[in-house]
Amino acid sequence: MDYFKQDLASLHADLVAKKMSAKELTQATFENIKATDPKIDAFLHLNEDQALAQAAALDQAGISDDQPLAGIPLALKDNLVTKDEPTTAASKMLENFTPVYDATVVSKLADAKMVPVGKTNLDEFAMGGSTENSAFKTTKNAWDQTKVPGGSSGGSAAAVAAGMVPAALGTDTGGSIRQPASFNGIVGMKPTYGRVSRWGLIAFGSSFDAIGPMTRSVKDNAMLLSAIAGHDDHDLTSSDKAVPNFAADLTAATSVKGMHIGLPKEFLADGINDDVKQAILAAADTYRKLGATVDEVSLPHNKYGVAAYYIIASSEASSNLQRFDGIRYGYRAKDVKNLEDVYVKSRSEGFGAEVKRRIMLGTFSLSAGFYDAYFLKAAKVRTVILNDFKAILKDHDFIMGPVAPTPAFNIGAEISDPLTMYMNDILTIPVNLAGLPGLSLPAGFSNGLPVGMQLIGRPFDESTLYKAGYAFEQNTEFHTKVPALGGQN
Amino acid sequence: MANRINREQVKHVAELAKLEFTDDQLDALTPQLDDIIGLFESLSEVDTDNVAPTTNVTDQINVMREDVADNWGQSAALLKNAPDAARGYIKVPTIIDESED
Repeated sequence: MDYFKQDLASLHADLVAKKMSAKELTQATFENIKATDPKIDAFLHLNEDQALAQAAALDQAGISDDQPLAGIPLALKDNLVTKDEPTTAASKMLENFTPVYDATVVSKLADAKMVPVGKTNLDEFAMGGSTENSAFKTTKNAWDQTKVPGGSSGGSAAAVAAGMVPAALGTDTGGSIRQPASFNGIVGMKPTYGRVSRWGLIAFGSSFDAIGPMTRSVKDNAMLLSAIAGHDDHDLTSSDKAVPNFAADLTAATSVKGMHIGLPKEFLADGINDDVKQAILAAADTYRKLGATVDEVSLPHNKYGVAAYYIIASSEASSNLQRFDGIRYGYRAKDVKNLEDVYVKSRSEGFGAEVKRRIMLGTFSLSAGFYDAYFLKAAKVRTVILNDFKAILKDHDFIMGPVAPTPAFNIGAEISDPLTMYMNDILTIPVNLAGLPGLSLPAGFSNGLPVGMQLIGRPFDESTLYKAGYAFEQNTEFHTKVPALGGQN
Repeated sequence: MANRINREQVKHVAELAKLEFTDDQLDALTPQLDDIIGLFESLSEVDTDNVAPTTNVTDQINVMREDVADNWGQSAALLKNAPDAARGYIKVPTIIDESED
């Protein structure tokens, strides 16, 4: 069954019209994963029996017109807990862990009658930008298997781009949805902080962590965000703002005419690859042709974002990851003599190198004598960066720029150099510091590899980003290109 | 060469974090942390006098609820995740150090 070129709305139409059954669609998805994933290594776990049973039950009950996502398969990043299905965060620490509850987003997908087919690979505990920090496998870029898929949601991005699943959920703490979406030529939304409940997302940086959709089109993405967003009593930082039907605004009449767009000069500065720059400048011209204005603006403190983020996020991580102590769940070291040994040896053997590096950076930044100089200073710089964004967004509808300084890099090229790896996040991190929504969508190619564009909006104004993304998509061809892998649905 | 953080300080931070590193790991980690802390120090260029810190960006404040006990009835499933369990309890090694007798 060839559904690679179909969007979620047309899959839904086919399901309602009984051109295919949900079971057939789910079966085709697994066939496709089995044919393609040996080349990509996007999945850590498949739940075929359960998914086929769920799809068969949906067919039995009938899929009605008012259930736009019912019967549609998707993949979940493996840091989202799923009741009775393994959840590892790609860490040896959680290799044998089976959650006893579903994350709120997973329950919401179940309410929408979507069919989760499996869990995707990531950098361990979502710490990394290449998925090479997984304790279990290295995922490959869907376009070129010698390149990284980006990260940390590299498994979800590659699975969608390779046509294994029509959609996936990822998580984004410093760029982990947007950068892999960019590297794989798909659409990824990091919603406003608080738009989507974090309950059941394995915590990394709690003041940044966001869950969002990864899809092949803007409209698909909008449909999925409406399904997972909203207040949740289990997450006191989740917003009680009403959740729009984002996709309803995306029609032939959708336009950016009259919109004011800011293009920060820092986003096109030295260190940004020329093809990436050209793609963004061309996109700015596209928006001008569509009737928007694009002015140069400035985010003067953007360059401090990486430092502020790696202090604050690592501090939050060092606190969040204290729970992994080898006692109640997770990895416990053998041959320990006392309780201190259980803690130290379980953590030292259970965590990988990057996770330990972040715990060390966070513990250092919070420790006596260094707290004021590092953590507190970074929290103040966060305010300064937030104010830079506020100033621009006062009279601009959104900000545009690249997602990452380069297209996907070679597997193995940067993994031994953490500082270089951290600097790759310079264009995505400030958005997390400010808690704003950021949309990544295809905007060009460089030597056959996708180049993404990032749209950054006002708090809780994902709607403008989707409209602007949709208008761009309707007037460009980038999103129609697919990697040559064979056997795709 | 390390100058912002030295090997002894790295060992101290590791102790606080309940982590341990081999000598080889410390040799690799110390200069890496030193480089990254060097990047952190660039923040001193930003004037933050009279700037309040931002520690969260949620729009929710003071969410209150009743404190109600909730039994999910899943002790068996929870204990299955424990590295070692017996008779409804999680088993841990002897807490008193056996090497100190």
